[in-house]
Amino acid sequence: MPAIEVDDLSITFGTTVAVDHLSFSADLGEVLAVLGPNGAGKTSTVETLEGYRRPSDGRVRVLGLDPVADHAALMPDIGVMLQAGGVSPGTRPAEALRTYASFFADPEDPDELLDRVGLRGVRRSTWRNLSGGEQQRLSLALALVGRPRVAFLDEPTNSVDVQGRQLIRSIVRDLAHDGACVVLTTHDLAEAEKVADRVVIIDHGRLVVAGTPRDLMDATGSDEILFGATAGLDVTSLAEALGAPVREVSPGEYRVEAEPTPATVARLTGWLADHDQPLADLRAGRQRLEDVFVRLTRESAGATVEGDDRSVRARRGGRGRRAARR
Amino acid sequence: MTAIDPDVRNQAASASRIWWAQTRSELLLTLRRGESVLLTFLIPMVVLGFFSTIDVLPYGDGTAVEFLFPGVLALAVMSTAFVSTAIATGFERQMGVLKRLGATPLTRPQLLWAKTASIVIIEALQVVVLVIQGLLLGFHFGGADLGLAFLATALGTIAFAGLGLLMAGALPALTTLAAANGVYLLLLLLSGMLFPVDELPGALQVFSEVLPSGALAEIYRGTLGDAAVTGRAWMVLAAWAVLAPAAAARTFRWE
Repeated sequence: MPAIEVDDLSITFGTTVAVDHLSFSADLGEVLAVLGPNGAGKTSTVETLEGYRRPSDGRVRVLGLDPVADHAALMPDIGVMLQAGGVSPGTRPAEALRTYASFFADPEDPDELLDRVGLRGVRRSTWRNLSGGEQQRLSLALALVGRPRVAFLDEPTNSVDVQGRQLIRSIVRDLAHDGACVVLTTHDLAEAEKVADRVVIIDHGRLVVAGTPRDLMDATGSDEILFGATAGLDVTSLAEALGAPVREVSPGEYRVEAEPTPATVARLTGWLADHDQPLADLRAGRQRLEDVFVRLTRESAGATVEGDDRSVRARRGGRGRRAARR
Repeated sequence: MTAIDPDVRNQAASASRIWWAQTRSELLLTLRRGESVLLTFLIPMVVLGFFSTIDVLPYGDGTAVEFLFPGVLALAVMSTAFVSTAIATGFERQMGVLKRLGATPLTRPQLLWAKTASIVIIEALQVVVLVIQGLLLGFHFGGADLGLAFLATALGTIAFAGLGLLMAGALPALTTLAAANGVYLLLLLLSGMLFPVDELPGALQVFSEVLPSGALAEIYRGTLGDAAVTGRAWMVLAAWAVLAPAAAARTFRWE
């Protein structure tokens, strides 16, 4: 039995389709990253798994249970980290953890957990006085205090500093190592690449692709070369030199539509040398997850991923999809 | 962390342990909020002390404290069950606290019972403080019928908490904050808590006779002192105790 199953799930808000016949699953002992641009349907999907909303169509199961109908039976087995908030402003970390621990028959030790997420120093500060990163750490601890078998983490590293991100990543890996299923949503692709066993990319509420980060990075798009260099290179001249189209996909990031043969790569570096341009990085064949993501969501949407300001604006203006978020 | 056994389901703690943990948390947060302590303890005490010792309101034959003490008890119940509950719950809803609790073994009935227990405990503390103050100011418990006073407190608490949740469950938190304080002031002035209702103009009198706060004050005046209690007061209070929670249950949105 999979730990979570999303089976032909559709969610509509009025006439807006947030999730459109989506299917995927994950097992115990596995970290699944749900990736997608803002408004792709990530949070709606996860909230259905958490029992906050009913599917408009299709069904979801968590540990074989219906999160709405079997709510009480399921709750001791899951841990939830909301995208933001969830704690009263006057609450102190140690108290919040102790209260939540009392909801479970066999909880983690609250003090140990405070140490593990690095909040011992602020255990008696109130929530309103914690930094954004500290609030995220406490939310994570609250999600873990019941020893969940399935943990849902919505954007867990949002507004967390570098040390915090590393800590959260290692905690997520430990959870899976101990046998839990961790479902995390993120639009931080480096995050997903480092922490996830499997990735599902969704856009417009539809599944774009699913697989391990390695599979996705190996299998797709071997007919292009991506490189970073100074912004504003003369792509027309470079295209002539390579005999293939070149596009600056975002400032300082270039895509060459050619098979990454040794000869083409040599011509590319030769052209850069002639123009005295340093090469920041070069990806040919195996790509970063981000490259895959950008290309696939571009294909599915006719636009590119957020982070590229121009395309985000175009998408917001063009489709009015923001309404689909909630 | 210990490894997870895939074949064993986690269990929730016992219902009583969950309920008490949440009650304790509600109490701590309420007592930590300065404005809530001001509203529930200081304002009733200042009202009772000020108007009992300084003769500015029309109380007819009896001493001021005979009239004021039952009214201030009603005020205390109103401030805790209605205003404090409305404001706290409104912000908890807005900040996702209720939503987050919805994904724990704490059930909604357990949450409501925890909130109820927290209200009752705060009310008990208020009563202790106000009774001491009332006795010091010279209030005499006449033919006190404590059983009926408890019944009225229960009905009043249900009615006011229902109103508070009705507001908190439907309005944005800041609107609830403003509206709850506004209604509090209105009920304080129109309900015969500070001065007899027959001092009000006729049209306002009719209005104030159907308010839960006035009914509660009248019943306290009768059950703790020597005044007469009308059946109308009981009916008004009971009606609010049925209608307000029913309306709240129908309209409450958890996020």
